[in-house]
Amino acid sequence: MSGRGETHSAAREADANANGGDTRARTRTRTRLGRCFAKLKQQQRAGLVTFITAGDPDLKTAAKILRGMPQAGADLIELGMPFSDPMADGAAIQAANLRALKAGMTLTKTLQMVQQFRAHDAHTPVVLMGYYNPIYRYGNQRFLDDAMRAGVDGLIIVDLPPEEDDELCHPALTAGLHWIRLLTPTTDAARMAKVLRHSSGFVYHVAIAGITGTGSAKQSELKKAVAKIRRHTALPIAVGFGIKTPADVTATAKIADAVVVGSAIIERIADGVAKGENGDAVAAQAHAFVRGLAGG
Amino acid sequence: MNAPPEPEPIESYRAGPDPHGRFGIFGGRFVAETLMPLVLEVERAYHQHRADPDFQREFDYYARDYIGRPSPLYFAERLSAELGGAKIYFKRDELNHTGAHKINNTLGQILLAKRMGKRRIIAETGAGQHGVATATVCALFNLPCVVYMGATDIKRQAPNVFRMKLLGAEVLPVTSGTATLKDAMNEALRDWVANVEDTFYIIGTVAGPHPYPQMVRDFQTVIGVEARRQLLERENTLPNLLVACIGGGSNAIGLFHPFLDDKTVRMVGVEAAGRGLQSGAHAASLAGGKPGVLHGNRTYLLQDEDGQIQDAHSISAGLDYPGIGPEHSWLFETGRAEYVAVTDDEALAAFQLCCRTEGIIPALEPAHALAHVGKVAPRMAREQIILMNLCGRGDKDVFAVAEALGIPL
Repeated sequence: MSGRGETHSAAREADANANGGDTRARTRTRTRLGRCFAKLKQQQRAGLVTFITAGDPDLKTAAKILRGMPQAGADLIELGMPFSDPMADGAAIQAANLRALKAGMTLTKTLQMVQQFRAHDAHTPVVLMGYYNPIYRYGNQRFLDDAMRAGVDGLIIVDLPPEEDDELCHPALTAGLHWIRLLTPTTDAARMAKVLRHSSGFVYHVAIAGITGTGSAKQSELKKAVAKIRRHTALPIAVGFGIKTPADVTATAKIADAVVVGSAIIERIADGVAKGENGDAVAAQAHAFVRGLAGG
Repeated sequence: MNAPPEPEPIESYRAGPDPHGRFGIFGGRFVAETLMPLVLEVERAYHQHRADPDFQREFDYYARDYIGRPSPLYFAERLSAELGGAKIYFKRDELNHTGAHKINNTLGQILLAKRMGKRRIIAETGAGQHGVATATVCALFNLPCVVYMGATDIKRQAPNVFRMKLLGAEVLPVTSGTATLKDAMNEALRDWVANVEDTFYIIGTVAGPHPYPQMVRDFQTVIGVEARRQLLERENTLPNLLVACIGGGSNAIGLFHPFLDDKTVRMVGVEAAGRGLQSGAHAASLAGGKPGVLHGNRTYLLQDEDGQIQDAHSISAGLDYPGIGPEHSWLFETGRAEYVAVTDDEALAAFQLCCRTEGIIPALEPAHALAHVGKVAPRMAREQIILMNLCGRGDKDVFAVAEALGIPL
């Protein structure tokens, strides 16, 4: 357990970001996430962030999909923690959550899945995304300790806005995890400062006011939104929601530092499951799709 | 761990929520960032308008001339004699227009929506009572209305679905999750996220993110404020015991809240024990749940060890929710209110008792409250007073009751 005295770099970066301090550049490369974005910058390209739900369609297949993601072209992985009531998600990810839960997925197994991935891959950042209740039930501090131990790099908790920062945001930063927040088209300038205040790692801009797997934003609007965020933070900006095709990825990559694809990958997994394909085939299709997104 | 902090001495039980929307550790604003600006806007608007005497005047006008308030306070003399103990009074909110207390809240929220310039109303419904109450005020104020309802519930509650359609509402079936009330609420939240500009979400119970638990409570306290005044006029004393059924808990908090600082008044909320607390098929969030976070607030929830929300069961569709309003969780933990659970069978027996002794067909929801009254009234003295909220009438339930009693119609 990490006490106040041994604040890790993620938290320090968040502080630096909040204060606009000059330690920012120095601390940025100290975490796996920081190094990932530094490398992308060096290569002058946007990163590809792939989202899958842990345990979808079953633990074994999901582990296989996760393991092959970096080779397929994922620079960063978002791993969904299944929840029975994913309020901010559309039909595809809702179904993925239920498939995973039906197959017996739990938060404990999600953390184990990350740990096993880490045994093979020490570089690709893994960010857990989900809803607060399973974590709250697990026990906040116990979760943070276990997530650190498993090799998790950051958290995106959909239903913990800045108003509830005392719950998990501050403890997570203290534990050494990045706290990644969503900015949305409804976030105005006054609110943006509040949302960015304890953000670390990167900022996730939700391109549309809506749920995952639905409409897409106009490139012109997206450009304006990203430019607005850049005026408020030096953190890398990832853009997600409504990005489905290689063409979407290419277009968004011109604007953002990273591009998130979720529902479209999940739909490939669901297709394979619906056709009764085995785990290897399902994983292979997901990887082929990601290779297409990554540009070959 | 998530242990609650040391409680501070409580001066008033009516002061909550705090500025963060908390009742103790319960409540809060656990919603996605897309919704936060809206939730804050509703909060600002609510505090502004509720302080406006015109808003209260408009509410009172429609409450009187449209809903039919004040609802009577009725001494259930035959029932009291039958049970042979305390005097039992019914607060007759089943006589409201649309047949339940739900419309007190939908009236208040649509007046707010109108003042906020919103042009579209959405709501969730389980049994359809809140959906009907929302569709009703939408017709009254000429606003388009979309009601989300679980596909399973749509099948079970065909008459209410038809009522909503007659009133001009669009009823959208929800097939996600378990296709019941909690999923309807998820879907309404998804709609709200996607239609942030023009839409107002009328939540049907004292749940959801702050300010909803407070706002819905405030609109429902008309029940307790009237009842307190009526009983003082009639008996020149306060009741010894308040009893109300609890799904999300809006009728109960509406009755309890004006009495919370009356130290001599005990209050009991009655949850639905379904087929029994041990059966796993129940809706008793306090008796069988644990604190958690869902639908924007922290409260007691039916959930498994992994924090996955479990389905509720009750013969009464209106109690069929896996959570409970956060203020009830706080009243439970502080001990100010007590909470018990009553089974489907006990509620069915009380339902019939009420029909027979009082000539009132109650909804299955308050039949739960009545079942508890039946247990405690005989043990109380004749001069003691029980005040029970008869929050809905049972026309909607006759088919379900007939089926449960094995009587073909």
